[in-house]
Amino acid sequence: MQLNFDQIKFAVGDQDTVVRMQSGKARSVFSEDAIQFLNELSKILIRTGKAFSDVVTFGFWCRRAALMAEKAKYDDVDQRIGKGVVFHIAPSNVPVNFAFSFAAGLLAGNANIVRIPSKDFEQVQIICDAVNQLLQGEFSHMADYLCMVRYPAAKENNDLFSAICNTRVIWGGDGTIAEIRKSPLKPRANEITFADRYSVAVIDADAYLAADDKESIAQAFYNDTFFSDQNACTAPRLIIWLGAQKNEAKEIFWQKAHDYAYDKYELAPVQAVGKLTALDKVAADRKVSLIHGSDNLIYRVFVEQIDEALMDYRYNSGFFFEYDADSLNELALVAGERCQTVTYYGVSMEQFRACISSERMLGIDRIVPIGKSMDFALIWDGHDLIREMSRRIEIH
Amino acid sequence: MDYNEILEISPYALTSAEKNKLLTERLVELTNHHYDNCAPYRGMMDAQNWDSDTIHDYYDIPFLPVSLFKQMELRSVKKEDVMKTMTSSGTTGQAVSKIYCDRTTASNQQKTLAKIVTNFTGASRMPMLIIDTPSVIKNRNMFSARGAGILGFSIFGSDKTYVLNDNMELNVEVLEAFLEKHKGQRILLFGFTFMIWQHFYRELVRLAREGKHFDLSGGVLIHGGGWKKLISEAVSPAEFKKRLEDVCGLHDIHDYYGMVEQTGCIYMECECGHLHTSIFSDVITRRPLDFSRCDIGETGIIQVVSMIPESYPGHSLLTEDEGVILGEDDCPCGRLGKYFKINGRLKNAEIRGCSDTYAVKF
Repeated sequence: MQLNFDQIKFAVGDQDTVVRMQSGKARSVFSEDAIQFLNELSKILIRTGKAFSDVVTFGFWCRRAALMAEKAKYDDVDQRIGKGVVFHIAPSNVPVNFAFSFAAGLLAGNANIVRIPSKDFEQVQIICDAVNQLLQGEFSHMADYLCMVRYPAAKENNDLFSAICNTRVIWGGDGTIAEIRKSPLKPRANEITFADRYSVAVIDADAYLAADDKESIAQAFYNDTFFSDQNACTAPRLIIWLGAQKNEAKEIFWQKAHDYAYDKYELAPVQAVGKLTALDKVAADRKVSLIHGSDNLIYRVFVEQIDEALMDYRYNSGFFFEYDADSLNELALVAGERCQTVTYYGVSMEQFRACISSERMLGIDRIVPIGKSMDFALIWDGHDLIREMSRRIEIH
Repeated sequence: MDYNEILEISPYALTSAEKNKLLTERLVELTNHHYDNCAPYRGMMDAQNWDSDTIHDYYDIPFLPVSLFKQMELRSVKKEDVMKTMTSSGTTGQAVSKIYCDRTTASNQQKTLAKIVTNFTGASRMPMLIIDTPSVIKNRNMFSARGAGILGFSIFGSDKTYVLNDNMELNVEVLEAFLEKHKGQRILLFGFTFMIWQHFYRELVRLAREGKHFDLSGGVLIHGGGWKKLISEAVSPAEFKKRLEDVCGLHDIHDYYGMVEQTGCIYMECECGHLHTSIFSDVITRRPLDFSRCDIGETGIIQVVSMIPESYPGHSLLTEDEGVILGEDDCPCGRLGKYFKINGRLKNAEIRGCSDTYAVKF
């Protein structure tokens, strides 16, 4: 097939790489080459990316020791091999997401074509520079396993890579998925999609009041929310309070969250207007009340009832619904299939297990401690990335 | 409070204290009226714990972000009492504001506009040149902001003449005939800032190069509708005026600030180049961090209040514009009230998040 690369700009690799990828060999999952490459990448990034916490986080994630720990979780590594070529469409407004995506693709044994954000994030440049340094140096044998591209959002460009990949990974939500799906895949190709999801937090008020590290809880909460403008799927939009001393706990919790955000977060005027608009929209349809704070940094919107429809009114930049629950089982009221992550403080795993077995909800793919919502894992959003990007060969 | 009594007052004659008293009384009354007659509005006020007894000043009345009118139907009268629905002039594909006017509100808009504009132009009607195409006002039931503006201002003119054709080209014969007919008279020109620049000024420059000159030194030009496009062409308000004067002698030029959500209450630019609040409305600048009031000279988000809207809850609105109050009751032009300038739209923040708007952002 003649491929048309007219509109494609390569940040890593070139069009010949893409051509060679199609006839290249897959690797086994968690191959030594891939682990070595990522480990070297990690070393560079921890140095060159130290000004960016997200680059450093990625760097730590792909150290050899961390990857070996991931590998140990799989019992069928020896039978698994990459599917071939994976085409990744990264979200345009989260700088480092693409790196986790291609790292997973490499570990699963594939050659990877990655559509990176067209926006000029410094983080993207730092990572691409490091990758190029390795591929043009001691890792030239890996060069045919990695391409990074930018291109205008025309269907023909999506067509190009969709037609040659064995797995397509679409980040970027419902709108992007709908757009990319106009481009056909090969009959046996599979697809991993990350749709629009929402997340919630559960905090036990009594446990919180007893905590002696309230400052670090505030920081953890900030990282879950404001760090991504509270607009990542993992960022909680609703806080469910459990326990007896809810009012006392809320007062301290929000005061500390506010103090932390006040120093760190810059609220743009349009975000302030946006939050008031979001409040008015939900208030037009439902009974809610704003708990007035000292400023617009944190909007606390108290609701007497929670259900999935409430989550359609969710907003970002520090806009929280708050609900007082009698039992953890009320979590099920918002745990439809669009519900992704639950972050928690002061709730035990047993409590969650009991809740899940009694409520058997359609949603919730991750339950993680407060502050850990953004921690990338190879099982993400309900998808086992290694297994979905590789195949298992049965020998009898 | 009867709005007709307020209309008796001269539009720039009240001091800050007098105006404050009047605005507070009327705006609290309007808030209660909309609270009782518009369910979504009532929900919004309840969410913010609205209680009219605790309000001592119109500054304390909650404001609705203007974009809400694009996203929901906000009406305080029965559907059958809506006489006309006005829409903002969004670009294709964008949501537009829908403003529902009953007879009273529509008539008060017109009367108020007349009081404000005649303060600048005098009461007598002038021959009027409309720098637009007649097709913008064809559908009388759905008024776009442009159409509403033209119709609103038309009451100040006689022999109303549209000078652009349907392709937005200057109709030179029409212009010549109009100027010939009204030679020696003061004429009124009206249009939207960018249209004037693009389709009128530029064409006059081209004609001048061909040796064809027009003398509009006896005219008064009123224009509005924003500077966004001109700013992108690096044309400042001062430049705009100077160039128009250079090409056709036009020197009595007034910009105005206003929006379809508060039709009637426009803010006219005086001889000193300041936008003025009349007694019928007010401008408040707010700090983004906590919506507290800005000081004079401090940039903030523009809130507008108007005493007109009875049929929709648009009497207190938070705009998406940024501006500065320059002073109050002491403009050298002699008009009382606040005077201010608009800096432009709030900058669009690039927020993070996993979900893209594919076509727009990628």
